[in-house]
Amino acid sequence: MDGMREREQHEHIVGRHDHNHPAGDGKLQDGPMDLAAVRAKLESKTGKQYWRTLEELAGDPQFEELLHREFPRQAPSDWDNSVDRRDFLKLMAASLALAGLSGCGRTPEQYLVPYVKQPDGLTLGRPQFYATAMPFGADAIGLLVESHEGRPTKIEGNPDHPSSLGATNVFAQASVLNLYDPDRAQTVTKFGEIQTWSLFVESAQALAAGMKGDGGARFRILSGIVTSPTLAGQIQSLLTTFPKAKWHQWEPAVGDGTREGAKLAFGSYLNTVYRPEKADVILALDSDFLGSGPGHIPYAKKFSRRRKLNGPDDTMNRLYAVEPTPSVTGATADHRWPLRASEVELFARALAAKLGLGGSVTLAAGAEKWLDTVAKDLQKHKGVSLVVAGEQQPAEVHALAHAINAALGNVGTTLYYTEPVEAHPVNHLESLAELCADIEAGKVETLLILGGNPVYTAPHDFDFAAKIAFDKTKQKKVKTTIHVSSHFDETSELCDWHVAESHYLETWGDARAFDGTVGVIQPLIAPLYHTHSLRAALAAFSDQPGVSDYDVVRANSEAMGQRLSPMSSPEPGSFERFWRKSLHDGVVAGSAFAPLKATLKFSPASLPTPKPAPANEMEFIFRPDPCVYDGRFANNGWLQELPKPVTKLTWDNAAMISPKTAENLKVAHNVAWRGGEHGKVYSNVIDIALSNSKVTAAAWIVPGQADDTVVLPLGYGRKRAGYTGTNKGFNAYAVRTSGALWAAFAPSSAIRKTGQEYPLACTQYHFNMEGRQILATGTLEEYLKNPNFANEHAELPPQELSLYNGEAEFPYHRDKWAMAIDLNKCNGCNACVVACQSENNIPVVGKEQVMRGREMHWIRIDRYYQKSVKSPTNDPSSYDESLFNPPTFFQPVPCQQCENAPCEQVCPVGATVHSAEGLNDMVYNRCVGTRYCSNNCPYKVRRFNFLRFQDWETPQLKLLRNPEVTVRSRGVMEKCTYCVQRINDARIESEKLNAPIHDGAIVTACEQACPTEAIVFGNANDQDSRVAKLKAQQRNYALLGELNTRPRTTYLAAVRNPNPELESA
Amino acid sequence: MAQIFHRSTNFIARFSVYSALFLVGVALIAVLAVARSPYMTRQNISREQPLQFSHKHHVGDDGIDCRYCHTGVETSAVAGIPPTKTCMNCHAVLFNNAAYLEPIRESYRSDKSIQWVKVHRLADFVYFNHSIHVNKGVGCSSCHGQVNQMPLVFQANTLLMQWCLDCHRNPEQVLRPKDQIFNMDWRAPDNQEEVGAKLREEYQLRTTAELTSCSTCHR
Repeated sequence: MDGMREREQHEHIVGRHDHNHPAGDGKLQDGPMDLAAVRAKLESKTGKQYWRTLEELAGDPQFEELLHREFPRQAPSDWDNSVDRRDFLKLMAASLALAGLSGCGRTPEQYLVPYVKQPDGLTLGRPQFYATAMPFGADAIGLLVESHEGRPTKIEGNPDHPSSLGATNVFAQASVLNLYDPDRAQTVTKFGEIQTWSLFVESAQALAAGMKGDGGARFRILSGIVTSPTLAGQIQSLLTTFPKAKWHQWEPAVGDGTREGAKLAFGSYLNTVYRPEKADVILALDSDFLGSGPGHIPYAKKFSRRRKLNGPDDTMNRLYAVEPTPSVTGATADHRWPLRASEVELFARALAAKLGLGGSVTLAAGAEKWLDTVAKDLQKHKGVSLVVAGEQQPAEVHALAHAINAALGNVGTTLYYTEPVEAHPVNHLESLAELCADIEAGKVETLLILGGNPVYTAPHDFDFAAKIAFDKTKQKKVKTTIHVSSHFDETSELCDWHVAESHYLETWGDARAFDGTVGVIQPLIAPLYHTHSLRAALAAFSDQPGVSDYDVVRANSEAMGQRLSPMSSPEPGSFERFWRKSLHDGVVAGSAFAPLKATLKFSPASLPTPKPAPANEMEFIFRPDPCVYDGRFANNGWLQELPKPVTKLTWDNAAMISPKTAENLKVAHNVAWRGGEHGKVYSNVIDIALSNSKVTAAAWIVPGQADDTVVLPLGYGRKRAGYTGTNKGFNAYAVRTSGALWAAFAPSSAIRKTGQEYPLACTQYHFNMEGRQILATGTLEEYLKNPNFANEHAELPPQELSLYNGEAEFPYHRDKWAMAIDLNKCNGCNACVVACQSENNIPVVGKEQVMRGREMHWIRIDRYYQKSVKSPTNDPSSYDESLFNPPTFFQPVPCQQCENAPCEQVCPVGATVHSAEGLNDMVYNRCVGTRYCSNNCPYKVRRFNFLRFQDWETPQLKLLRNPEVTVRSRGVMEKCTYCVQRINDARIESEKLNAPIHDGAIVTACEQACPTEAIVFGNANDQDSRVAKLKAQQRNYALLGELNTRPRTTYLAAVRNPNPELESA
Repeated sequence: MAQIFHRSTNFIARFSVYSALFLVGVALIAVLAVARSPYMTRQNISREQPLQFSHKHHVGDDGIDCRYCHTGVETSAVAGIPPTKTCMNCHAVLFNNAAYLEPIRESYRSDKSIQWVKVHRLADFVYFNHSIHVNKGVGCSSCHGQVNQMPLVFQANTLLMQWCLDCHRNPEQVLRPKDQIFNMDWRAPDNQEEVGAKLREEYQLRTTAELTSCSTCHR
């Protein structure tokens, strides 16, 4: 990245800051946050304490005052571009006149537009579900997509697909919004001018004809990871036509360590599949295997099943995590040890040495004891333990993990190896480097970029932009560049041709899942615009430029079917049956890879002496963002507004540092006050000079992060992402070089405070719960001793106290809907939040509004840190524990559907009323927006449409909406309804048969998306239902049960399974 | 001091106060009456359609069952407006040269939908489901009136919330035997209260409290 760009970046952040910092705005404190005060507070408290923010922990009275106000009081202006008085009067006069005119008439006629020929199998008004798959890195998530009269509206997991098992993740849930993204590229362009597809095909054919002579020696293809057998087959056949052409791959957020580690350990690229359900003890080496990476959804599901506690006889697995920055996996772990990313390798070496695999490494004293215990525990559980290395760790760590797993006898039980899922595994960094070198050497004439955004994502020392752009003399190194992508992005604007890529819901295709299973990608809708698939763009260069995706995929499937179950004389129609079954099920039966026998050709002793990490230097590590990933989801409003699992930041990334590092660097963040808003946090802006480049970022303090480590999340700072994604956060790629792809080192002087501040939107500053006991946690030991521990913190009032006429008014004689959320299973992954947003037409409000505490998510996930249970001593390290490595818990909070609902008592217009089945019904058309209900809600789960947040004009977004749920307007309160549309649907279907609604017939959107089965919904009157059984457990407790609200949603206390040896320390 | 106002002004003052109150009352009643009038509800107003399709002819004279065209009525929330193809099932051979039916043929040829004017319009925040009503003994004519006698369909009832609730509070008044659901000429027997109560039990209707919960219709 050149100097020009850096300056832009810098100015941009500063510029926005000024804009958001008008006179009269203020902060809670003048100086940086007082960590000494935090420490003192920690010291003075004993017993179990939970806290959410550093300010809360410090107990600043101003901060507490701030939290007492739920809604902005006297906010000076609701709009960024405020209108002056004269304009306001003009507008009001005009709109009054118009409203007066339009209010008099009848509503205009509406029209019914039936089909001309109705498709077979479609019943108007009933949704249909189709199986398909979303390719994502070296995995594909099997999906069932809901379609209303041809419009895909909601993504669900496919229970038959191994990568989903019925659950989904945030990316899959939000991908439907990408389909309807109004900023998508809509047609073929050449130098930015609209062209026809046939013109592109002609040009591609001309290029191909020109390349025939030298065998394509000057032709290059650049793609991301390809797991699609069809696409790979097409590329391979193109490479047969042009034997001298080359296929390069670049996937920016997936490390080469996984691939190269297998090569180091086994001599060839292999794929590792874990079976966490069989492991009693798991060690994650900087691995977020429960939250990201191939197979994380089934891994989370199977892992959480081993944390099910139905009674005192149940056992739990144990998870250790070593990681530089808190991840979903680390937050779930029973023991977590913050370690700089570069030290994880040392840890792995030391562990291998401890297990007698050779080598010798000494660790710091604290880690040594931890290591001892882990090693002992692993050894005790030979064959039922598992060591998982992280995607961003180098090859050595992966090789060590393979060696340790082999030594522990885990291969074949808790993990197995298969042939690679990737169609063509290569070292991506080398592959991209080779391409850049070839371009530099003038060896490339035609470059076809299939997906991805290399100008934005390539290491900045490669200067990919200069490789394909015109230079000062109006020359360029590659004669023809073609980019196929869904958006016209940073790469597209430098390429000659841009082909708008179809969404996966618009094309035929196929993709392999993490275990090799092939899923057929089935389109739900014809392309909305003049877009084409990667396959079609590739085919334009082949001998069959017009071949349809369907034909290619089907032919490939036929060949695969032949391979899977060879028949000498296939009976007629047998393929048709196979094909239809594959489409219906979403998976090609029997296509999963068989376990391979892999011989270890590696000894930890053979590793060269580790390169000592530069002493006294800061470590800068790059991680994909949990919401926008590598930047590909930057224009997705649902994901931008989704609070990140651990930091709870929205709309921005931030350079994350530990509290101690922050103290050393004198970096802080301060909560802003302005009209009672909360969620706006002013953070110090820092310049980071790294690898001959510079980036300006806002700093964010993360308890539990390793000291002297700065995390730079990728995926932000996009210059051309679209309306939602452009110019959000900072671009970490700007300081990422090929030599330091995942971790870079620099002295702490590389970080320089600019003296400016930048407002960040953090949702963990909203809705604080006054320090009451709302989260119940314990250890397995405590649980076994006293299974009722969760209910002993508060005195519960007698049940007969009620403002209603009790049983007479609401007997709940038939169905009594209820929900149980198992905090033991929840890992905070956020899938439920996006699923709810998608199902219930919840709007996106934007950063400004989130900073005012007005985000609309019906279900929020609170993140709590637990104060160390240790009694304070004079030893500073003991009280630092809480900041250094606090146990982390997540608590999803939707509407609690109280039986004694405080909201219902205060509504002056009867807009929120009790239903006969115990729901707190919300009647939007009655609501006049007094917000009394929200003020009276102790759980703060009601959301108010302060402005018209919903986009009513953009035609594409109209297609997205769930027709079963009202689209709310301004001035209306809304909240979780237990997906009442799904309840009504199931009730109607069962009533037609006069049958009871069986358990599991109603699945709420959050429950359906949850990978860990933490959310269970059902009928509490049915004693055999899952929810009734969970509620009968002693772990079950009501949130603020002492208020006698009698919530229908209850929680099961989180139980951790710590190793007693480490506990007694 | 002399009186400023003559005694008669007392009357004028009283008269203006009372008449002001009266006028406010009248205005209020007028507003409510207008909102409930056929002008706003469009009750009993026939609409001109792109093709003057006669239910009287097709149902009353030809005896075609409702479900031949409205296929979703027993299974889906919406009864469904038939595709042009359904018209062409017959009119490909019957009256296939009639100029009157040209819009149908044109639609079929050009694959462009016919845009029918919507007659029965519920508010957007109401989620009505045809199938549960039909399956629980509410006949078509209970809401739609005698469609078999309507040359052009009009809305036979107000479709106001009050009208819905009348029935949800007291469904016995309209319940009929299952074989009479699609009978347009069904008349409530004299002992409807008695029969209705029996049918309510037979159909296992939910309690009035459940039928009138807000989320039954609003979500």
